Amino acid sequence: MPTLLSAWFNSHQPNLHPPSFYSLSLFRSSHPPPSPNPTLAMALSRFASSSRSGSLLKPLSSAISLRRPISTDTTPITLETSVPFTAHQCEAPSRTVQTSANELLTFFRDMALMRRMEIAADSLYKAKLIRGFCHLYDGQEAVAVGMEAALTKKDCIITAYRDHCTFMARGGTLLEVFAELMGRQAGCSRGKGGSMHFYKKDSNFYGGHGIVGAQVPLGCGLAFAQKYSKDEAVTFALYGDGAANQGQLFEALNISALWDLPAILVCENNHYGMGTAEWRAAKSPAYYKRGDYAPGLKVDGMDVLAVKQACTFAKEHALKNGPIILEMDTYRYHGHSMSDPGSTYRTRDEITGVRQERDPIERIRKLILSHDLATEKELKDIEKEVRKEVDDAIAQAKENPVPESSELFTNVYAKGLGVESFGADRKEVRATLP
Amino acid sequence: MAAIFQGVGAAAALPSSPSYSFDSNKSVFSPRRSFSVRKGASFAVVRSDGTVNLNPKDRRAQLLISNAVATKADSAAASSSSKPGHELLLFEALLEGLEEEMERDPHVCVMGEDVGHYGGSYKVTKGLAKKFGDLRVLDTPIAENSFTGMGIGAAMTGLRPVVEGMNMGFLLLAFNQISNNCGMLHYTSGGQFTIPIVIRGPGGVGRQLGAEHSQRLESYFQSIPGIQMVACSTPYNAKGLMKAAIRSENPVILFEHVLLYNLKERIPDEDYICNLEEAEMVRPGEHVTILTYSRMRYHVMQAAKTLVNKGYDPEVIDIRSLKPFDLFTIGNSVKKTHRVLIVEECMRTGGIGASLTAAITENFNDYLDAPIMCLSSQDVPTPYAGTLEEVTVVQPAQIVTAVEQLCQ
Repeated sequence: MPTLLSAWFNSHQPNLHPPSFYSLSLFRSSHPPPSPNPTLAMALSRFASSSRSGSLLKPLSSAISLRRPISTDTTPITLETSVPFTAHQCEAPSRTVQTSANELLTFFRDMALMRRMEIAADSLYKAKLIRGFCHLYDGQEAVAVGMEAALTKKDCIITAYRDHCTFMARGGTLLEVFAELMGRQAGCSRGKGGSMHFYKKDSNFYGGHGIVGAQVPLGCGLAFAQKYSKDEAVTFALYGDGAANQGQLFEALNISALWDLPAILVCENNHYGMGTAEWRAAKSPAYYKRGDYAPGLKVDGMDVLAVKQACTFAKEHALKNGPIILEMDTYRYHGHSMSDPGSTYRTRDEITGVRQERDPIERIRKLILSHDLATEKELKDIEKEVRKEVDDAIAQAKENPVPESSELFTNVYAKGLGVESFGADRKEVRATLP
Repeated sequence: MAAIFQGVGAAAALPSSPSYSFDSNKSVFSPRRSFSVRKGASFAVVRSDGTVNLNPKDRRAQLLISNAVATKADSAAASSSSKPGHELLLFEALLEGLEEEMERDPHVCVMGEDVGHYGGSYKVTKGLAKKFGDLRVLDTPIAENSFTGMGIGAAMTGLRPVVEGMNMGFLLLAFNQISNNCGMLHYTSGGQFTIPIVIRGPGGVGRQLGAEHSQRLESYFQSIPGIQMVACSTPYNAKGLMKAAIRSENPVILFEHVLLYNLKERIPDEDYICNLEEAEMVRPGEHVTILTYSRMRYHVMQAAKTLVNKGYDPEVIDIRSLKPFDLFTIGNSVKKTHRVLIVEECMRTGGIGASLTAAITENFNDYLDAPIMCLSSQDVPTPYAGTLEEVTVVQPAQIVTAVEQLCQ
């Protein structure tokens, strides 16, 4: 028994609760021998999970802890993506993906966190604590989470203004998000950027850009720098279906293809450029084909495993062959921003239809439940936890002070020329710049 | 350090006169380094080896071959052996500065149209592609918006790109990238990213290049927060400002002038930079402060000769730093002379002169004995016809009249 426990400890880092319960399970093959037969492994895990809820162990569970740790198993589980990939000028990757219970549960948690965060931001906006523009990402979480799973922190991501969740995926904290949204000092950009300007330099997240399409040349510049410094890393430059009609995109793609840059252009196609449906804005809505000479891949952006597979494939491709376009077929539940109800150009039925059939979190939930990786209650507990985290972060952010007046003049220049800076009437708000 | 300036031509004030006469008497040997008698009208320079440097874009100039070849060659040969430093033309000074910085720091790279294999449309990047390779000297397609954006993206990671606009006017296509990304990213990221980019290119009114190729973008860019703007006018400050701009952590826009590329000057051999925020005292004086930059410096200096003959003592300052203004030097000058004349090439409305007038009035109003006069180009698209083009920009005669009026 102790051997099993220590073996369990050594191989897993439980992120929630002590594994005391598991040590009592004789049949729980949390650390099975490498099995060439995946069916056997799955059968074992299924057996183990069913034994967890067996009557033998129930009284003990209530004695030790009411919350049971959920699976942090890393045995590979083989699944298929919802739809096969459609490719342009390249070989599509396989539909079959390898994942594990641990990964699926991480996906679930991350996406639930993002969903909760965006809904909370919605309430904060309506309470006028967030002002200006607020573009919410709920419905599209699978793209951020799946992409992050395929990348390392050395790879760069740059996106447009719908950046809250991408920032979180890159390692941002909830406090930084909410403080920045509310314009407080603890925000990731010290309250001076706002919703559309989230950046995280140490994890190579380059924002956060308000002008549609302008981030794509920046992204190709990042890829250029990676090639220049021989980083062996790639850049994912995200843009929307609205931005796909910007000329600078094609300019940047042309240059990237000419110079063989490791740039991956990802079109997050949520089918609406603010109020304009894609068929009204684009003569050819096959965005993955628009690269012409650059290969492209169309991906179901609501399936996090498909996104991860596509991004892994794209990264490999870009490092060898230059730019590639990924089109993520996704959907946003909210309007374009908080000032857009989102219902004047699409029907409520459409929105509810997508929510019922394609919601990314529901898909993972069904996968987890069908493979018995966690119980429904456990998933609900995760959601409750996540909700609490978000509420705590909001409370903390509300306490955070607004930036000092002198902050108005800092960071205009790097090493602000050693001058003093005055307010408009030249009397108040002095700041001595470094 | 003495500098010998070759008079590059005369007859700037003569409209539509295609003939140039090189008069060796006009080359002035002066103990003051930055005193120059330069007409700035002609830019056809005959070098000592007999080749003629012409603006490659201006085919008309090829018809106007200068004649006084021998005189020039002689004086050039005589001077180069005795003085310290080396003589070169302004575009070579820029090239030298760029090359030295590229050698010094492997993060420096150059992007632009025809900068690589072609050698640069004004030869500022000549030979660099052969020396540093295609990854550091990048020939871009004609896509200013995106390659400026790419330069900014690369700068965010720590590279130091030098982006060339073949003509400053083309950078209007990249205005969004320059304004929103280049200028603002340091601020909106809360200080996380610096953008050590240099955006440079020739602008200004040239030789009948037409309206779209004679633009002065300093007035459009001056409001962008977060950028610095400098304008070079002599080979010495061209090299110095280029090097300083590359080394600066802030985005810097370096304004060159199409007609100044062939100015010759003797510059020091050793490594030097010019302060990006400092103005240059061209000629100290007592009666009036004349503030100018870029090509107008030479019109001012020509007018200064006339003024000196008439008994005035103008103080000429080349402001060099267009954003931020060097109010220290300017202020000291205003406190001394109490009269200000601004001579600029950009247009009157919303130009550098307008901002400078406002800045001086705000800060030094008590020291002024007369309202500030500002001579700028006319608010018109630059016409093609030579006579009209002459009238578009400020001519030395107008400067003389303005000073006389100011000093009444």
